[in-house]
This record gives sequence, structure tokens and C-alpha cells, in this order.
Amino acid sequence: MTSPMADLLSILPQQLVFGLALGTVYGLIALGYTMVYGVLLMINFAHGEVFMIGAYIGWAVLAFLLNHAVGGLHPIWVLPVLLLPAMVICGVLGMTIERFAYRPLYLRGGSRLAPLISAFGASIFLQNAVMLTQGARMKVYMTNTLFPRTWRFDIFGVNVSVLLLVMIAVSMSLTWGLILLVQKTTLGRSIRAVSEDREMASVMGVSVGQVVGLTFFLGSALGGAAGVLVGLYYTQIDFVMGYSAGLKAFTAAVLGGIGNIKGAMVGGLLLGIIESVAVTFINPAFKDVVAFAVLILVLMFRPEGIFGETLSDRKKV
Amino acid sequence: MPEPSMLKLSDLVTYYGQMMALKGVSLEVRQGEIVCLLGGNASGKSTTMKTILGLVRPREGSVEFEGNRIDRLATGEIVKRGISLVPEGRRIFGRMTVWENLAMGSYVRRADPKADIDHDMERVYSLFPRLKERLGQFAGTMSGGEQQMLAIGRALMARPRLLLMDEPSMGLSPVFVDQVFDIIKEINKQGTTILVVEQNAAVALSIANRGYVLQNGRIAAADTAAALLQADDVRRAYLGEE
Repeated sequence: MTSPMADLLSILPQQLVFGLALGTVYGLIALGYTMVYGVLLMINFAHGEVFMIGAYIGWAVLAFLLNHAVGGLHPIWVLPVLLLPAMVICGVLGMTIERFAYRPLYLRGGSRLAPLISAFGASIFLQNAVMLTQGARMKVYMTNTLFPRTWRFDIFGVNVSVLLLVMIAVSMSLTWGLILLVQKTTLGRSIRAVSEDREMASVMGVSVGQVVGLTFFLGSALGGAAGVLVGLYYTQIDFVMGYSAGLKAFTAAVLGGIGNIKGAMVGGLLLGIIESVAVTFINPAFKDVVAFAVLILVLMFRPEGIFGETLSDRKKV
Repeated sequence: MPEPSMLKLSDLVTYYGQMMALKGVSLEVRQGEIVCLLGGNASGKSTTMKTILGLVRPREGSVEFEGNRIDRLATGEIVKRGISLVPEGRRIFGRMTVWENLAMGSYVRRADPKADIDHDMERVYSLFPRLKERLGQFAGTMSGGEQQMLAIGRALMARPRLLLMDEPSMGLSPVFVDQVFDIIKEINKQGTTILVVEQNAAVALSIANRGYVLQNGRIAAADTAAALLQADDVRRAYLGEE
């Protein structure tokens, strides 16, 4: 008979892989927080709801495909068909939120609290809009029509599902795509210019309003994609799912250093792994406690995060 | 026969919140000139620059550039029409490389053929060979003088017909100040009209054609640079002579 500790250790590798997958998804959501913070110095607390709506869109498209049973749903084409509409619609939704809930406030140049409060308002509005139109009961992703439960295999003695690997691959490639966009293109340079010195960016001829809108589009599109991935994995979604996922991703963004794109991914990965390893040893009911303990500790001891720039480095906007 | 007016400010009144920063400023810059705007702290020099670029809006008066009013245009549109700024305190993008800063300078021309932009990059390298050696370096890690060169190079990348310079000598060692002003002369010789704001009146007037003295948001004196250098009150106020 093995000791309980040895039992725990034997499932640890499994938990690590799970933590990795969870972490990349946290990272994907965290990118939305961090990019918006970069250009506007505000936390978009409605971002979790955008993620939730992404999950609903993916669910609706999948249900549609199943009802019109084309037969032979293969993830190779179905996955993009789920992701694309979720990303585009969430992207536009994010821009809309910025246009109506934040821009009128930050243009007036008032308190930085005003847009933050407005973000909570937008968040409550979106949750209730989804509850009223979709009902309060949870929706079920028919994931096993896409990724049958038998699609698992062993790597180095760790049993992993194909879905988990797909989650990691999709999140990683979207993040990588975003980093390329921000680092290598004219568009990305204009985003960085706005986040570094808004007035000088406009002196270069950059339209700050457009760049802010674009930033919301990109961040929200990634949030929408994360919603689809989480829906596929957990198979049950509801209208409040954005709340805790949003807070976790916010924690990841702070952990990595808010405003820093690579930091968002690293923070997400760390948080996912910490969380999944912790639940190996303690009651899984404490999962959220672990995540938010991390947030508190980071805020107390290293508020600028792992890759953080201290706020005083930034020019006042 | 004087050249036609390129930039014309007429009776500009600009407020910062409740404070009236410009109280009816009129001035003119003609094609091909170097015009110097002198004045102490809080005299309205930087506000004048910001008003020209549309970063603050005048409450009264007008700004005309090459015969068209520009005082209601967005900053980006004004830059596109041919005015760029070397701002006070340089304000290069410190977390971007030197090359990226220059590329940001050509942002308004992003639809232009790449060869044109490369050609202008070469022009900047020939003015500032040191920048070419540091293309991949983060701009924030360079010395103040190098950052000033980059700020000028970045402004030139927009291919301006009028270059606004706000305190280009501020915080630079005397050697660099001379270099910067040599380069301003050189840029002017290559065909760019220049409006420069300076506290260092002696150096600025030595290269300028004409100058204006701004005091408390009003033009207190306007004359040729040579005459201003001789004027008693200017000598007392800006050249430190009793």
C-alpha cells in the first residue's frame, strides 16, 4: 500500500499539465487587462463579461452546428468556426464598451475613478443582459462531440487529453501573434507610443482615439477566444462565469506586471500552476483562496509585478 | 521682396483652464526663415507651440498655415500638412529603439513608398551619424545630447516644411548646444522653415533671421535678430547684461 503523500505526488505531473493549460487561458484573458491598462491607465473590469459572452457565442455556434447536424464535426475546422465569431463579436463589443462607457469620462479628464466605476456598471449591465436573454441556468457545451473523451494519450507517463493540448496551443499562438503585432508592426508601434506618451504620439500623427479603440478590440477578441476554450473544457457556462475568471486574470496581469504583455502570459502561467498544484495538496474548495492570496501577496510585496515597471517611470497622462 | 507668409498667428487667445496663457498673440513666419521666439518662464512660449499644433485650442484668433486655417484641425492632420515638433525635454519614446523612434516620426507618411522613407532615414543618419550607430539601442538609455539628436531626427522624418523647436538647448552641455544650433542652420539651409523657442537668446538670435519677445502672453517686441541683439531691454532680460 502506498502512502497518501505518494499518491498525491503521483498525480502532480497531471496537475502541472492542467495548470499549464489553465495558466495559458488566464494569460489570454490577462492580456486584455494589461493592454487596456497600457494605453488608458485604467482597469477594464467589464473584461470578464466580454470573456463570458465569448463563451456564449462559442456555445451558440456549436449548438447551431449540431442542430444542423452536418455530421462529422472535426475540430480542425470546427474550432476556428467557434473562435472566429466569438473573437470578432467580442472585439466589437469591447470597442463599444470603450466608446460609450469610458471615452465620455476620460475625455472629460476627470477623476480616474469615474471610468472604473463605469466599468463595474458595464459589467453588471452585461451580466444581466445575458441572464435576461439566455436565462439564468447554465448552458452545456457538447464538447465530446468534438473532442471525444477517448482522445487521450500518455507523454512521459502523464495522461493528457487532446483538448488540453489544443487549449495550450491556441492560447500560446494567439499570444505570440499579439506580441508580433505589437512589437513588429506600425500598428503595434502606435499602440506602444500611445502607452508611453499620449501627447507625443498624437504629435507623431497617431489618432489616439483609434488606437485606444483598436486596443480594446484586440484585448476583447482574445478574451472572447479564452471564453470559447474555457467553455469547451469545463463544458458548463453561465452568466456569472466572467466574474471569477476576470478576477483571476486580473491577478495574473498584476502578478506579471500590469501594462506588460509578456508579463500577462507569465503571470497567467504562474497563477495556473500555483492554483493547480495547491489543490493537489489542499481541499480544492480553497482554489480561489489560493489565487487571491497570491494577489494580496503581490500587491503587498511587489506591487509592480514580475516584469513590472514602477508607475513613477511612466509619464503622467 | 519678402517671401510669402508660411505661418500666421492672428490675435491668439488661449486658456489653460481658467488661466489666460495667450492674450492676443500675432506673429508670422515666412518661407525659408529661422524665427526665434524669446521669453522667460510662463511667458506663453510653449503654449504658442501647442496652439499651433492643435494640442490646445485657441479661444479666439486664428492660425493659418500656407494660407489655410488650421486652428480647428486635429493634431494628426496638422502634422500631415507639414508641421512637426521637437518638444521641450525631447520626449523621445524611451522604451523604443532609436530606429523605432525614427519610424514613429514617419508615421504620417506610412502610405508613402518605403524607398522615400529610407531616403529620409539616410538624411537623418548623415545629419546625425551617431544615431546610425545606435539604431537598435533603446532610446531611453542614451545621453541627453543623443536624445536631442533623436528628437530632431524623429521630427524630420515627417518631412516637415515648418519645424517647431521648443527649447532645443535645454539641459545640454555648451558643446552640444553649438552642435545643435549648427544642425538647425543646416536643416534650414536644406529648405525647412524653423520656428524656435529659446531661453538661450544669444545663441538663438545668432542664427535667426527675426525674433519675437513674448511677455505674459503678449508680444512685447518684434524685430530682426540683429536689432534684437542690440536692443537694451532684450540684452538686460535675456542676455544677462546690466
